[in-house]
Amino acid sequence: MSTATDTRRKKAPAGERVADWADSRLGIYSLAKANMRKIFPDHWSFMLGEVCLYSFIIIILTGVYLTMFFNPSMGEIVYDGPYVPMQGIRMSEAYASTLDISFEVRGGLLIRQIHHWAALIFVGSMFVHMMRVFFTGAYRKPREMNWVFGFLLLVLGLFTGLTGYSLPDDLLSGTGVRFTQGAILSVPLVGTYLSMFLFGGEFPGHDFVGRFYSIHILLLPGIMLGLVVAHLIMVFLHKHTHWAGPGKTNTNVVGTPFLPVYMGKAGGFFFLVFGVIAAIAAVATINPVWAIGPYRPDQVSTGAQPDWYLGFAEGLIRVMPGWEIDAWGHTLVLGVFIPLVIFPLVLLAIAVYPFIESWATGDTRNHHLLDRPRNTPTRTGFGVAWITTYLTMLIAGGNDLWATHFHLSINGITWFSRIAFFVLPVVSFIVTKRICLGLQRRDKEKVLHGRESGIIKRLPHGEFIEVHEPLSQDQLHTLTAHDQYQPLELEPEVDENGVARKPTRSEKLRVKLSKGLYGEDNQIAKPTVEEYKEITSSHGHH
Amino acid sequence: MKKLSARRRHPLAALVVLLFALAATGGLYAAFAPADKAKADEAQASLAIDEGKKLYAVGCASCHGTGGQGTSDGPSLVGVGAAAVDFQVSTGRMPAQQNGAQAPKKPKVYTAAETEQLAAYVASLGAGGPETPNKSQYSLNGKEDAANGGQLFRSNCAQCHNFSGKGGALSNGKYAPPLDGVSPKHIYEAMQTGPQNMPSFPDTVMPEKEKRDIIAYLNKVNSDDTESPGGFQLGGLGPVAEGLFAWVFGLGALVAITIWVAARTTKAKKS
Repeated sequence: MSTATDTRRKKAPAGERVADWADSRLGIYSLAKANMRKIFPDHWSFMLGEVCLYSFIIIILTGVYLTMFFNPSMGEIVYDGPYVPMQGIRMSEAYASTLDISFEVRGGLLIRQIHHWAALIFVGSMFVHMMRVFFTGAYRKPREMNWVFGFLLLVLGLFTGLTGYSLPDDLLSGTGVRFTQGAILSVPLVGTYLSMFLFGGEFPGHDFVGRFYSIHILLLPGIMLGLVVAHLIMVFLHKHTHWAGPGKTNTNVVGTPFLPVYMGKAGGFFFLVFGVIAAIAAVATINPVWAIGPYRPDQVSTGAQPDWYLGFAEGLIRVMPGWEIDAWGHTLVLGVFIPLVIFPLVLLAIAVYPFIESWATGDTRNHHLLDRPRNTPTRTGFGVAWITTYLTMLIAGGNDLWATHFHLSINGITWFSRIAFFVLPVVSFIVTKRICLGLQRRDKEKVLHGRESGIIKRLPHGEFIEVHEPLSQDQLHTLTAHDQYQPLELEPEVDENGVARKPTRSEKLRVKLSKGLYGEDNQIAKPTVEEYKEITSSHGHH
Repeated sequence: MKKLSARRRHPLAALVVLLFALAATGGLYAAFAPADKAKADEAQASLAIDEGKKLYAVGCASCHGTGGQGTSDGPSLVGVGAAAVDFQVSTGRMPAQQNGAQAPKKPKVYTAAETEQLAAYVASLGAGGPETPNKSQYSLNGKEDAANGGQLFRSNCAQCHNFSGKGGALSNGKYAPPLDGVSPKHIYEAMQTGPQNMPSFPDTVMPEKEKRDIIAYLNKVNSDDTESPGGFQLGGLGPVAEGLFAWVFGLGALVAITIWVAARTTKAKKS
């Protein structure tokens, strides 16, 4: 008896036994040991990527629910559901089943609205996350690949959004599909073939909803899910970047451990994101297909725009003059084709910038400390110019609504957008750069002379001075922790042996770029220790 | 006071001052902006056309000419009919305040009786225009087919007035006004007469019954008792309004939450 109790007592608790069982098969102990203490730095902007991840999860969950009731068919039926203004109208089964989801399926309308709002917020948060990474230089080595993966996720997100928006086959989305088809048709030589291939014949045909459906629910989200996993694995592998500060260097990561603190916070944050999206979906209508009506190629409504993230493409088309070239019995529709080319070029401009920058600097070091945007004026200026371009065309995409709501002429807005497309990015680039340089000067001033306290002191001989409070050691470190590159110089045209060499064109370009990024007028030399000592030793005079 | 002077150099002080300045400007504007009031004159007349002619001479002739023949500032009114006058005057569009791309809807200047007199006078200038419709023509009798009205609306009206009549832009500052709260009579008259930049849909093109179908449809999708199962309609303007809402309230709230969460966390040292 007693021996039996002893053996039982020696037996480990059930949880441990399960863990042992799993460990001997999967090796989870060493995995956990290596990863549980993974450190994540803390800053609000580091959580923007989480917003993307969580809204993506919400989209998948709600999307699965919607697939159970949506009928991706263009078969024509007559509506006899509960929504009176549609009774007796001929429509596709796709549209009818969207009405059913909205009016008859339990929770259907709420789930549909969560799905759509989450999609808008997903793409929006990807933009915000991308701009955070861009402005802080978090894309630098070793994270360039993750930058590219993130960019691909954004592009795929745009197309998943477009295909999803088109599924209900309502008058608004049908107009959008027609727009897409028009853009495809404008491609020289192969446009017609591509359109016929994609739509299975003449537009709209009977195929596109089914085709867009498999692209929207299977192909694109499948690729995106894989990219998201790879994106996260790389974040784990590279460890997260952090801001410069006392004790935070390029060789360490300062923050909270993955388990339990970070996981607890992230879990809670997921529900906060879900809560915000669900609350919005519960109070605000999105895409009320019942009020929009079924798609018919002979009908169209004013105010037909795509979801905001493609408003940029809409704007490009709206402001482009309707140029055409007719030659040898063929028409080249430049009015549509040029915007179709500009759209991917603008997206690519931001995607390739990190590679141009690393080529110009020739820097092969790993970077784990983030840049403050002000310390890289050219990069920050470029980013702001890019956002300006995007916003200008977004405004142009809604030119009719600006016209009606601000009592303006739509022609005036269009002309403003045309000029602004070329002028505003340049202006915003220059202004941003000047602001950054000004802020750098202010930082320098603060380091050398301290913070203005606002206290005016009168000296015994009558002079008034403002008292400056010296910064703490921590603040001094934070303000001067950043590296400053020196611009490249062209190698002398005659080398030490007297042999003439001609710099190649790419060398010249590289030097020019480097000067543009780090030249005399493009950054303020940060204060040196000598300067600091000189000023602080001769105390009291500013 | 000491607290205030200690903080006036605070980094956010400028922002606070700006907010105060904006609030003060807005408040003063709201307090002093002229409130527009509709003038109403009480006048009775025995002979509608005679009285209408007098009203016309005072309120309309400067643009439309003394005999309704039109001038460089306003079109001829010969043969436009009573319905056109009733629409333009009783929605306040006429008399126009100023020349422009389009005369906007505003509080009406003439009473119903005066409007009738004006209509009678203008109708007497030349035959051909539609008469002011009577109640049986435009008011709903329960036999309307709202679904058919919707189909007609999307085929004929939505290009300019949007899916559910929320309005839209036309070229050079002209616009199709929103149809929210427009009375059935005025919708009917607008279809009949084609006011300003709108094409007309006479009974030969769109019979009375179809006009009423459209009115019935608008009642369903764009009136005070329109059902909105999805919540706030955000103006019914489509993706632009939705995108703006998603950015301001969705991403705005989420960014605020990230800042809130990040501010409440274990830290080795408060900075």
